[in-house]
Amino acid sequence: MSAARLPLRRRLREYGLDSVTLLIIPAALFVLALFIYPFLYGLVLSFHPKAGGWLANYTKFFADPFLYDTIRITLVIAVPVTVLNVVLSVPVALRVRLLRNQRLLTTILVIPITLGTVMVAEGLLTYLGPRGWLNRTLLEFGLVDSPVRLVHNYWGVMLSLVITGFPFTFLLTLSYVTGIDPALEQAGAVLGARPRERFRRILLPLLAPGLAITLALAFVQAFTVFPSAILLGAPAGPTRVISIVAYQAAFEQYDYSMASAIAMLMAAVQLLIITLLLAARTLVFRGPVSTGKG
Amino acid sequence: MRPRIGERLWAWAVWTLVGFFVLNLLAMIGSVVVNSFGTRWFNTWLPAGYTSQWYTLAWNEFQLPDILLVTAEVVGAVVLISGAIGVPAAYAMARRNFPGKQAVMFLFLLPLLVPPITYGIPMATVLYQAHLAGTIWGVILANLVPTVPFVILIMIPFVEQIDPRVEAAARVFGAGLARLFLQVLVPLLTPGILAALLLVLVRTIAMFELTFLTSGPTSQTLVVALYYAVFAAGVRPGQSIDAMAVVYMITTLVWLLIALRFVNPTQIVTRAKRQ
Amino acid sequence: MAVASRDFRELRLEQISRDFGQFHALRDVSLTVKRGEFVALLGPSGCGKSTALNCIAGLLQVTGGAIYLDDQRLDELGPEDRGFGMVFQNYALFPHMSVRRNVGFGLVTQRRPKPEITRRVDEALALVRLETQADKLPGQLSGGQQQRVAIARAIVVAPPLVLMDEPLSNLDAKLRLEMRAEIRRIHTMLGCSTIYVTHDQEEALSLADRILVMIDGQTRQIGTPEELYARPASADVAEFMGYRNLFSSATEAADGGIAVSIGGARLIGTPVGAVAARATVAIRPDDLRLTGDGPIAATVEIAEYHGRDFYAVARMADGTELYFRSDTRIASGDAVRLDAAPARVLVYAA
Repeated sequence: MSAARLPLRRRLREYGLDSVTLLIIPAALFVLALFIYPFLYGLVLSFHPKAGGWLANYTKFFADPFLYDTIRITLVIAVPVTVLNVVLSVPVALRVRLLRNQRLLTTILVIPITLGTVMVAEGLLTYLGPRGWLNRTLLEFGLVDSPVRLVHNYWGVMLSLVITGFPFTFLLTLSYVTGIDPALEQAGAVLGARPRERFRRILLPLLAPGLAITLALAFVQAFTVFPSAILLGAPAGPTRVISIVAYQAAFEQYDYSMASAIAMLMAAVQLLIITLLLAARTLVFRGPVSTGKG
Repeated sequence: MRPRIGERLWAWAVWTLVGFFVLNLLAMIGSVVVNSFGTRWFNTWLPAGYTSQWYTLAWNEFQLPDILLVTAEVVGAVVLISGAIGVPAAYAMARRNFPGKQAVMFLFLLPLLVPPITYGIPMATVLYQAHLAGTIWGVILANLVPTVPFVILIMIPFVEQIDPRVEAAARVFGAGLARLFLQVLVPLLTPGILAALLLVLVRTIAMFELTFLTSGPTSQTLVVALYYAVFAAGVRPGQSIDAMAVVYMITTLVWLLIALRFVNPTQIVTRAKRQ
Repeated sequence: MAVASRDFRELRLEQISRDFGQFHALRDVSLTVKRGEFVALLGPSGCGKSTALNCIAGLLQVTGGAIYLDDQRLDELGPEDRGFGMVFQNYALFPHMSVRRNVGFGLVTQRRPKPEITRRVDEALALVRLETQADKLPGQLSGGQQQRVAIARAIVVAPPLVLMDEPLSNLDAKLRLEMRAEIRRIHTMLGCSTIYVTHDQEEALSLADRILVMIDGQTRQIGTPEELYARPASADVAEFMGYRNLFSSATEAADGGIAVSIGGARLIGTPVGAVAARATVAIRPDDLRLTGDGPIAATVEIAEYHGRDFYAVARMADGTELYFRSDTRIASGDAVRLDAAPARVLVYAA
């Protein structure tokens, strides 16, 4: 080993840079090449439209109601379903937390996540269809006179997002809920707080950071709904979501520049909502999440 | 403490909700399975008779053998490559502190936080220009984007729970980096690696968006083929589509059941907790 | 609202039991705690003492028996209606609230007026000497300070009874001694009753007015620290109270007590309860004294210097192991002779 090389090696090691650190390079390069680079490439490409000035894609998007309205359509689907899933997840997770054997329930609930949206869409087409078991049950009990239309419209997409989204928000919420020391709630109870007060003063503030993250992730998933919007919804009308237009621009009109612009707008809306949620989180909650035990 | 009436009603309402959800979920899966075996099913609770002909039909019509082969190739390659790249990176992330570590961590988090359809479109554009999209390698590369970071995030806690003194001891006895990895770390990390790779496997079988955006006619995986079959419903009998759906469900759920022997269901959505 | 007020005579546990399925965590435990009394529940881990405390607090429902505060039955009330104070093992401080809001929590749930809350929180903080930390979050405090917050939070509502679940187990040895004195001081000052769960016999002996020793979910002995120290009611209580020398021995009647044989050496002991032909003999290490002509002959195997004295392990010719204390210097390999006063050789039914 030469005398001149040694000090540099030592110095690098002081910074934590040695041969072990180099093991990160393949993974980092991979993500840079296939995630960051395409994203930046797409961003640049979106400013090089097929025709017109550098902003032509964006001006076109916001001038054409057929395009810009997809943001509203997507939000009308994504926001209610996200809120619904998270709001339902909290009481269920608080209840399931008390269960000694949670494994069976969590296993059942992880199935729709594993099956994915395409499979759930096909399942719901059969199950919710006019001759499916759901409509049969409703007719049998006399709750409706004629089959309810639940597929190829808004409700089909909505329900598919509940089937795949609720287990996701629930499992995420459950992991946050079980992270709260049960002794905290017991302490609240001994100090005279009733269940509702314990929830409001102890559990909810402790859950808030986790719920903000859950909301953000659930929203982003719902906002990029794609296969079920096509298969279960009405992709020409009420469920013409933003990912459909992006896909059509790229793979039906072969306008990659426009498609990239739409993808960037999609990312921008997600970023906006997440920023708002995280900002709200810091307003609601300040302080450490972990319990202060030694 | 005896629960008050309000509290009991509340518990009852919550369990009813859970029961209703699970019931609908099982009914959804059940109706697909029943339909795939039914001969004729019209205005009755159950089909008029049962047959396995739809499976034969689906097997031939949808070229299932080819699709299953492609699926196995894609999934196998993704699992192996993401393990080979991800596990060493996770080890380094868990063991070293270096300037910019936060930024690298953020870099690995991004592909997991940004939904596939958002980054999939620009990524597919790049892959098309590199003439990779449409080939099986394009599909593999696309699928690796979320799985490499996923392996890293799952593995970091597993590495952290191994006492660094074990490695120090190995080094004192003269083990080099490669030897340390193969003879000390890999055996200790086996449960974690198994868990991470099984989860990658399940996720890759079910990964629709990225495969859909980058695959061509000869590089479709099962889930994309299922999408096209449902999309073109009406061309072929609905029962044969459901037969294909059952094949898909079995492929995913078998691996899910195997994976659940090693991981907790909550880990599928959150990163592994320290044991 | 809380039923309890400070003007009470006694808390009575009447044969309370708690089962977890087939497992009897607590069986027929009865205890009366007078106002102002400090009672320790002492026992090895898993003996049911924390279960008992949680039953008293209302965090666990009893499966049998009853709990009374004077004439009022408590076991059917929820924890929020009992009005007790409780200090948890890990303190269970609300991590998102300042020290002040933690301490004031019980008063806020009682809907007390704001000025009263401020005044009483200040008093409680002064009592535990934490005035300067009022606006910090629990995570910014040391272990001992967190412990003080937990105590202040429990006592601020002026509870008739304060429950403490191994409150010192997370502190280091020095701080533990300090907080022990602090807890006793606060207890005396407030005049409330305290039930204190611990597995540390020294802690129980030094703090409590009375000790309830619990083993396998059952009461084995209730008594003052002196009684427990000098005369455990059974061999397993003796073992738990530091009688490290336990032997099985044949017995015979003798002048001034009962004769037992330890490794062939004859000692006179005091029977505790009825003793048959075979018995268990219990002697504290402190009570085995070095003498020139004692009946027990042994060889020292290990001698540990403890500053003022030596703690030693010796072995007799037949292999019987003995633990004893010595004021004079001894070393391993020394041949020693040992003796014990008849009153300090306790003989129990085997």
